Amino acid sequence: MDNREAHVADSQAETLRAATVSYAVRLGDDALVLGHRLSEWCSRGPFLEEDLALQNVALDYLGRARMYYSYAAELEGQGRTEDDFAYRRDARQFSNLLIHELPRGDFAFTMVRQLLVDVFNTLWLEQMQRSADQTLAGVAAKGIKETRYHLRRSHEWALRLGDGTPESQQRMQQAVADLWGYTHEMFEMDTLEQSLVAAGIAVDPRPLRAPWLQQVTSILTQATLSVPQDGWAVRGGRSGYHTENLGHLLMELQSVHRAYPGVSW
Amino acid sequence: MTASTVKTQRQPIVPLLPMPLLSTPEAAFAARQRQRDQSSHPELWNLLDAVKDPEVPVLSLWDLGVLCDVQQDAQAKVSVTLTPTYSGCPALETMQADVAAQLQQAGFEHYEIHIRLAPAWTTDALSPNGRRQLQAYGIAPPLQDSCALAAALTPEAGIECPHCHSDNTRRISEFGSTACKALFQCLDCAEPFDYFKQL
Repeated sequence: MDNREAHVADSQAETLRAATVSYAVRLGDDALVLGHRLSEWCSRGPFLEEDLALQNVALDYLGRARMYYSYAAELEGQGRTEDDFAYRRDARQFSNLLIHELPRGDFAFTMVRQLLVDVFNTLWLEQMQRSADQTLAGVAAKGIKETRYHLRRSHEWALRLGDGTPESQQRMQQAVADLWGYTHEMFEMDTLEQSLVAAGIAVDPRPLRAPWLQQVTSILTQATLSVPQDGWAVRGGRSGYHTENLGHLLMELQSVHRAYPGVSW
Repeated sequence: MTASTVKTQRQPIVPLLPMPLLSTPEAAFAARQRQRDQSSHPELWNLLDAVKDPEVPVLSLWDLGVLCDVQQDAQAKVSVTLTPTYSGCPALETMQADVAAQLQQAGFEHYEIHIRLAPAWTTDALSPNGRRQLQAYGIAPPLQDSCALAAALTPEAGIECPHCHSDNTRRISEFGSTACKALFQCLDCAEPFDYFKQL
C-alpha cells in the first residue's frame, strides 16, 4: 500500500470511528431519556411492587446509557466522560427518538410506550448482538436479556388494562392513538446510520417494522384494543429537533450539574 | 504507593472474545472452575474470595460469577476482570472499590480492574456453593433449566420457599428489591421471600 492509499484508508477508518461515536451517543440519549421518564414514577407507582418494577426498568436503561456514553467518550478520545454527555449538552444536541422524551402521562400512556418500545428493542437488540463493533454487541447481549423481562411485563399490563374496565380500556386506546405517530421514527435511518449498516456496525431498522407491527397488532388485539391507521408521523429527534418536552426534562435532569459544575458526592 | 500507579475507577470497557456457548449451568460453572484451577496465581483468586456482593453479603464475587478473571503480569501488575449482573447494577462500582481495597490491603500496588460485557453474565455462572448460601440467606436460588431462553422468565408459582421448603408459593412481583430479584410469597408459612431470578 503506498502512502496515498494508506491515507485514504486512515481517513475512512476515521470517518467510521466518528460515525460510531455519534451512533453510541444516539443510543445513549435514547436510554437516558426513557430511563429518566420511567424514574419520574418513583414513589408515584400505583402500588409498591409496581413502583419498584418501574425503577428496576429505569435502572436497566440508565445502565445502558452509561455504557453507551462511556464507550462514545473512550472512542472519541477527547477526554470527555459519560457525565459530559449526560449533563453538559443542550436539547438541540440530544439525538434521542422523540417517543422516548414524551411526558410520562398516565400509567396507561407509560405502559403503552413501554410495550411499543419493548417489542422494537427485542427485535433490534437481537440483531445488534451481531454488530461488528464488539462493545455495542456486548451492550446488546446484556440488554436483550433484560428487555425480555421488560416486554413480558408491558405485555401483561396491556392485557390487564386494555381488557380491563371501560376507563382503563379508554385510556389505553387513547395512549395508543397518541403514541402511534411517534413510532415511525424508530424504523427510519439517515446517512450516518446507513454508513454504519454498510460496515456491519449498526442495524438497519427498516425491515423490523413488519415483525414489530405483527407482534404489536397481536398484543393489542388480544388486549381488545384497536390498531390505529398510519396517518401523521413526527420525526426529527436524530437531528436534534425535539418536542418542547425534552427541554423540561433536561432542566430537571441537569439542574444540579448546572448549578454546581463538576460537583461530586 | 503513588496515585498515578493505581487505577481503580473508570476503566474503559473491554470486550473480550466471547467464550464458547455453554449449554448447562453445570457446564458454565465447570468452565469457570477450570479457569480458576488452571490459573498460575491461585493465591489471587483465594484473596478475592473475601470480596462479597454488597447487596447479598454472603455471596463472594466468585460465587456470584461476577469475577471473571484474575491475572498477574511479569511486572507483578494484577488485572482483575469483572462483569456486571444487570446493565444498571449500582453495586458494580462498590465491587470495584472493594476489590481495589482488598488488593491494597494485601500489599498490591499495581493493579487494574476491567469491566467486561461479553459474554453477558448469566445466573448459570453462580457456583453450587453460592446457590446454597443464597438459600441459607433466605433468597431462593435461580432455577436451573436454561435450555430455552424464552422460558427462562420468572414462573408465577412453585419456587421453593427458602424458609420452609414448600413449593406452594406465588409470585408477587417480577421485580423485587434489586434488579436481580423477584418477590414471592410462601402460601404455607406465609413468609415473603426474594427469588434470585434466572438471567
